[in-house]
Amino acid sequence: MTDPVTLPDGTPVTARAGLASAVDTAAAVRAGTSSATEVLEAHLARIEAADGALHAFNHVMADRARADAAAVDAAVAAGRDPGPLAGVTVALKDNLCTRGVPTTCSSRILEGWTPPYDATVVERLRAAGAVLVGKTNLDEFAMGSSTENSAFGPTRNPWDPARVPGGSSGGSAAAVAAGLTTVALGSDTGGSIRQPAALCGVVGVKPTYGLVSRYGLVAFASSLDQIGPFAPTVADAAVVLEAIAGHDRRDSTSIPQPAPGLTAQLGEGVEGLRIGIVSELSGQGIDGFEPDVLARLHEAADALTSAGAKIDTVSVPSAVAGLSAYYMIAPAEASSNLARYDGVRYGLRREAPNTAAMMAASRTAGFGPEVKRRIMLGTYALSAGYWDAFYGRAQRIRTVMIAEFAKVYENFDLLICPTSPCVAFEFGAKADPLTMYLNDVCTIPSNLTGQPAISVPFGTDATGLPVGIQVMAPLLGEAAMFRAAAALEQAAAGKES
Amino acid sequence: MTATDTPDTATDTGLPAGWEMVIGLEVHAELATATKMFSPAPNRFGGDPNTNVHPVCLGLPGTLPVVNAKAIELAIRIGLALNCTVQRCVFARKNYFYPDMPKDYQISQYEEALNVDGHLELPSGAVIGIERAHLEEDTGKSTHMGASGRIHDAGYSLVDYNRAGVPLIEIVSRPDLRTPDQAREYVDELRSILVTIGASDGKMEEGSLRVDANVSVRPVGSTELRTRCEIKNVNSLRSLGRAILYEARRHVSLYEAGERPIQETRHWDEEAGRTRSGRSKEEAEDYRYFPDPDLVPVDPSPEWVDEIRAALPPLPSQRRAALVERGAPTAGAAIAVGRDLDGLALAAIEAGADAERVITHVANNLAIEGAEHLSPAHFADLIRMETAGELTATQAKQVLADMVATGRPPADIAAEKGFQAMDSNELETLVNGIVDANPDEWARFCAGDDKSRGKLQGFFTGQVMKATKGQADGKAVNALLMARLARDTA
Repeated sequence: MTDPVTLPDGTPVTARAGLASAVDTAAAVRAGTSSATEVLEAHLARIEAADGALHAFNHVMADRARADAAAVDAAVAAGRDPGPLAGVTVALKDNLCTRGVPTTCSSRILEGWTPPYDATVVERLRAAGAVLVGKTNLDEFAMGSSTENSAFGPTRNPWDPARVPGGSSGGSAAAVAAGLTTVALGSDTGGSIRQPAALCGVVGVKPTYGLVSRYGLVAFASSLDQIGPFAPTVADAAVVLEAIAGHDRRDSTSIPQPAPGLTAQLGEGVEGLRIGIVSELSGQGIDGFEPDVLARLHEAADALTSAGAKIDTVSVPSAVAGLSAYYMIAPAEASSNLARYDGVRYGLRREAPNTAAMMAASRTAGFGPEVKRRIMLGTYALSAGYWDAFYGRAQRIRTVMIAEFAKVYENFDLLICPTSPCVAFEFGAKADPLTMYLNDVCTIPSNLTGQPAISVPFGTDATGLPVGIQVMAPLLGEAAMFRAAAALEQAAAGKES
Repeated sequence: MTATDTPDTATDTGLPAGWEMVIGLEVHAELATATKMFSPAPNRFGGDPNTNVHPVCLGLPGTLPVVNAKAIELAIRIGLALNCTVQRCVFARKNYFYPDMPKDYQISQYEEALNVDGHLELPSGAVIGIERAHLEEDTGKSTHMGASGRIHDAGYSLVDYNRAGVPLIEIVSRPDLRTPDQAREYVDELRSILVTIGASDGKMEEGSLRVDANVSVRPVGSTELRTRCEIKNVNSLRSLGRAILYEARRHVSLYEAGERPIQETRHWDEEAGRTRSGRSKEEAEDYRYFPDPDLVPVDPSPEWVDEIRAALPPLPSQRRAALVERGAPTAGAAIAVGRDLDGLALAAIEAGADAERVITHVANNLAIEGAEHLSPAHFADLIRMETAGELTATQAKQVLADMVATGRPPADIAAEKGFQAMDSNELETLVNGIVDANPDEWARFCAGDDKSRGKLQGFFTGQVMKATKGQADGKAVNALLMARLARDTA
């Protein structure tokens, strides 16, 4: 059985007893029955107690958080409403820019750099009354599925410190799972929110591309990156997403229309919804799906059926090809996005006899092996003579995939599959890059199509490690997606009790 | 002359017999927007280093570009003025490492440019094809502090990003130009168009207009396109002509020696008067273009394009044509438009003034400064007085200067100065008197050839002017002298 990280009193960090949800916290702070400062201090104490073992945080913003909390409390005292996230603690993946606070992307190359501006999501969280507690660890520049690629050392899974928390947003997932913060933000390029959410037993959402502004998110692959929440409950995830979603003029790919409301419809159930199990993403024809994970998927399908949904199996053949297309497109965009880290303007610089040599030396010293691998892959994919065979073909696969999913959604409202083929694995278990990349097979299609997806905890494997079920929806189909997620959450809770 | 000699002047007619030049130009012009192409930072020339900057144009991590709608509008104006098709366009990234470039890629347009397939008719009549006119962002500027001033062995470099991200239009001509003069005429006309439509200030000296020339040669009568070289670092129209001529001669001498040029980028060395090899295309970087995923395609609606078209001011060619249609000489009309005084000229002509006299004043006698104070009606009155013989050309010039300075009507000024044209009989009597009083000079005038006569003619005119205190009409005096000459030598 699992052996979770414990607090000094022996309580496992993964035990939820005594931890308030974001919805309850905000209600209490708004009503004046609790204070933002109290809530924050409890979390800071918990970080102090447990983060040495977990390494979820790169940087704890204690002073700034205390000032934020005091401002929320002052607002309540003055009779003003601080907003729907009043006093709720939020951790930020360390690739989200925070003015005056180091933003490292867990890379040496950004050593010493402090952004002069806040990301749009940071502004919106603060406007909603949230208290930002710190910056969380990630695979360097969000490239990885385990946080083993962080230049500052890996984050440990709260359920078993010998295992990875998933990645790349492993720090955010672990921080929420261990109750070091109520909620957190991550970024998801190929599953980087959903997979760690599944491996750490929390809710994780990759919204529709363009629903949340990317301004202030340090880019990995611009056409795939999307910011989303980690939360202990589906309702909490909905509240956070409502707070950060919506058009932003500073992001040209931001959808120019109001974001759909989520919380109001959350309890409406799944009666009559047509939900498909994607056969290609449920072990049909692909090895590596753990039997316990597939067993939970089928229990989830049964639970949805019992709740009134119509479940069927559906084939989406291109879904599997997504993996190859993704590992051309994402590195291609990354090779260009990461060119600016050249030692000229900020971050790490290695002196050399001339500018070109200085750039090469700085990049050689500043980037880790996985980042270098992807920059090289991407540079190759975009090179004259190879463009059409690699980047061009990958884009054509993406187009086919978008069409195929659109067709499937003519007959289905939602699709489900496991979030990850396996539960949290041990450090070093997937040292071969290809094995690691295969871990993303279920999450990548939503990034390529731009469609939303959510991972909901649904039981555990035989050893007690969390399993996540992914619910996918068509573009801007978040409302139905959250309803199904809430139904699964309810069914999972019923199974436990 | 060998190909490595420096040509004496840029207007040298050029190549050995049997060869012709094939020239295409790439003109970069900075657009006159208030802010940069993708960033809210001001688009302003000069300023302390790194003061006209913003996180977006510094390419700081996490920032995203947003297209400046004004830049699109100005670029569409340019496209329409160059008779291009304005179409849906896609921004692409051009990837290469350079310290001037904050993101180490430049946002440009590659496969789908905003403006394509246009043409520009030169004042001399040639029609030059425009392949495309696309939008991109400018780079910053490096200053290399070290012995040679070259980047490769500089002690250190300073970078100023004030210019980084300034909107640029790149106007690519087809290889339709045939002489250095034509190339200069093309740039001059293009600059005039850009300024007229308010798209750019067109200042070559401040670098807001930059020209690269693609040059090759071929035997006259051939239609082939031979290997071309791209010449950079051309900083004035004069240099452009010199550089093209130098390069074309270099190509001819290579072909005549049984060799051939290699396709490469060459830099114009103004002091040495020659081009020098830069990077060859074989070593050239692979720019790995791909559509910029941070931006969405720009698809200007037909309504917007029509609106922009309707608001375009008359182009230089249309303004020249308007003057010529009303009787102005072609060359003078071009000067009037070039001096931006064609509006005044046109109004004066419409008010009944003689077109040729109007153009003479506008092209030669009227200072651009202050000319806006001149009322077209007063100007037309002046020309009428002059053609009616009430004022001589010299007097008219003086009155004009006073009109600009004071804004008063010409009749008042002429009366105050006591100007009145001499009666023609009176003038003839005066001229005959002076001729008779200087018999030796007159004899030599009659005996001389056309060349030696000039000096003596000046003598007689001078005497007449002296006698009339400058009020005689020089042209009339000359006519009287010639008439007398004809009589005396008959």
